[in-house]
Amino acid sequence: MDTSLLVIQTLNGLQLGLLLFLVASGLTLVFGILDFVNLAHGSLYMLGAFFCATLTIWFGSFILALLISLPITALVGYLVERFVARPLYSRDHLDHVLATFGLILVIDTLTHMIWGPEGLAVPLPDWLRGQVTLWGDTVVPTFRLMIIGAGLAAAGGLFWLVNHTRLGMLIRAGASNRTMVSALGIDIEMLFGLVFALGAALAGLAGMLIAPITEANIGMGNGIIITAFVVIIVGGIGSIKGAFIAALLIGLIDTLGRSFLDDIFTLFMSPTAAENSAPAISAMLIYIIMACVLAFRPQGLFPPKVR
Amino acid sequence: MRKVTTLALAASLLSTAAFAEPVKIGFVTTLTTGAAVIGQDMTNAVDLAMEHLGGKAGDTELEVIYADDGFAPETGKQATDKLVKQDDVDFVAGYIWSHVLLASRKSVLDADKILISANAGPSQMAGKLCDKNFFSTSWQNDQTPMAMGDVLNTQGVKSLYLMAPNYAAGKDMTAGVERTFKGEIAGKDLTKWGADAQLDFSAELAKAKASGADGLFVFYPGAAGGAFIKQYQQAGLKDTLPLYSVFTVDAISLPKLQQAGFTDVLGSKVTQQWDPSLDNEANKKFVTDFKAKYGHYPSYYGAQSYDAIMLIASAVEKLGGDLSDKDALRAALKEADFDSVRGKFKFGTNNMPVEDFFLREVVEDEDGVWTTKVVETVYTDHVDTYAADCKMN
Repeated sequence: MDTSLLVIQTLNGLQLGLLLFLVASGLTLVFGILDFVNLAHGSLYMLGAFFCATLTIWFGSFILALLISLPITALVGYLVERFVARPLYSRDHLDHVLATFGLILVIDTLTHMIWGPEGLAVPLPDWLRGQVTLWGDTVVPTFRLMIIGAGLAAAGGLFWLVNHTRLGMLIRAGASNRTMVSALGIDIEMLFGLVFALGAALAGLAGMLIAPITEANIGMGNGIIITAFVVIIVGGIGSIKGAFIAALLIGLIDTLGRSFLDDIFTLFMSPTAAENSAPAISAMLIYIIMACVLAFRPQGLFPPKVR
Repeated sequence: MRKVTTLALAASLLSTAAFAEPVKIGFVTTLTTGAAVIGQDMTNAVDLAMEHLGGKAGDTELEVIYADDGFAPETGKQATDKLVKQDDVDFVAGYIWSHVLLASRKSVLDADKILISANAGPSQMAGKLCDKNFFSTSWQNDQTPMAMGDVLNTQGVKSLYLMAPNYAAGKDMTAGVERTFKGEIAGKDLTKWGADAQLDFSAELAKAKASGADGLFVFYPGAAGGAFIKQYQQAGLKDTLPLYSVFTVDAISLPKLQQAGFTDVLGSKVTQQWDPSLDNEANKKFVTDFKAKYGHYPSYYGAQSYDAIMLIASAVEKLGGDLSDKDALRAALKEADFDSVRGKFKFGTNNMPVEDFFLREVVEDEDGVWTTKVVETVYTDHVDTYAADCKMN
């Protein structure tokens, strides 16, 4: 197996993992702190992509569009919290699932009405369109490196926010013991709104980063939300650290599985059988991992400390 | 999601002789998810066909009922069941996706209704599962990639890497190119498909590049096509791994590629049975009116849907609106006595079209819009491979 391919595939896995982390971190915060199941988190990812695509076409600058889209997506997240999530906190999880599933349909249809069914392509500036030569013939697209850079920066920022600021302290406290935080006189509704908006902005950022690659599409969030749920289950619900490690793990396993599984299978079965079974097995890999985690460590790999 | 074409209704209100029941056509396509962009092209073409017909076939009213398959076989089957049982349609047409058509075929055929594919051409239904009530106005899946395989042979491509979605048509497409391509297959990837299809092809592109193949053959219809082309260009593979595609670079993906400035796609070559530049009266009328009404070029999906409605109308008109004699109806359909946008149209023994395949090139038209034009004819009156397996009962 040649090293250059392995390095490139590892970078591809890292890129997928970081995007997953951006989506999963918001999901795990909302689920862990607010105890709210938000299926529509993927819709915020999609809206981020559509906002960014529209603004890129308006302003002609991807970076400017990205910076403006972030607060817009956060605002949408806040509005979702205020008008959809807040009335439902006292209800059980089934009601959350029903309401947010309905919200997915509403947002998908609204997107269809506003932007049409064809989706939006995002033009990139020339300096992001090219490729970077790492060494020899190991070449990666510049934009994918930018995704990795932006993903790592966002992850670093989130760790700093959660571990070294007063707001982060409250978020961590909220994840551990919600009742105690509100008993100490913290405006818990404000905190919840902020957490929701933060999660929305992170998911939106992931959508904005992927849009120049896959285009902004209706329903693009519904695929990633399932993987994001796998990530938070594997990582431990409510744990940012768990989400980070699990996202990278899932991203790498998925990418490397798609790349090398058929080669591995040919070692012990016929090429035709390997060719047919590898795509099916590689699509299953992450769920097999989730099933193992649920069976042997149902609280996840890095559950938050709860008292 | 259901929409009744108001044209037929309006016409029936105005008509004095509106005693006869209208002939109902159920049209199943994708109206939701990202693939709705294809469905929209098809429904636009159907609406245009109905407009050209004046909502009538001869003296008989036509009514079109749209149904959404949600890009999923189970939803498509439900939509088909509803059309057959609840709306009691006479024809069920449409179907973009081979897996949806395969799941839905029994619902239509068991009820002794006529099934007309306006796109999907799964190998099974051209061969062993062929049926006297099933007709196609498109092609069998393998044919277009087979034409591409022959083009690759003449261009001297020695080895090829294949990429396609993992579903019925993806498998047919790779089988088609493998049948005619004489060089070596350096590798093959089948990627996840459906409403949550895989759209990031980084891992597969890296593998294709590492395989050292001379060329890359892909089949990515609809929104996935545009996404694929972008990543192909971002990966900088144009010089090392030239792209040969079917159903990927088309009137669906080109407007977005042009908008995003992906100039590398100009000059790329694809095979197809139809092109907006085909020189015949029916096609000129179709393309001109489509562009006037919707502001962009129609795709082959639209052209095939337009032909499907015209085929139905020709048979209904021939029978004077009386569809009770199924044998007469099948015979009238089989005659295919209508002006196809392909210029000529005839059915083979398995009710699949016997038709020409062209090599098309992506060019800029006189208005600066990216479209395709015919370079050469690859196959003349091509019969699909599976026709031999069809034992029509």
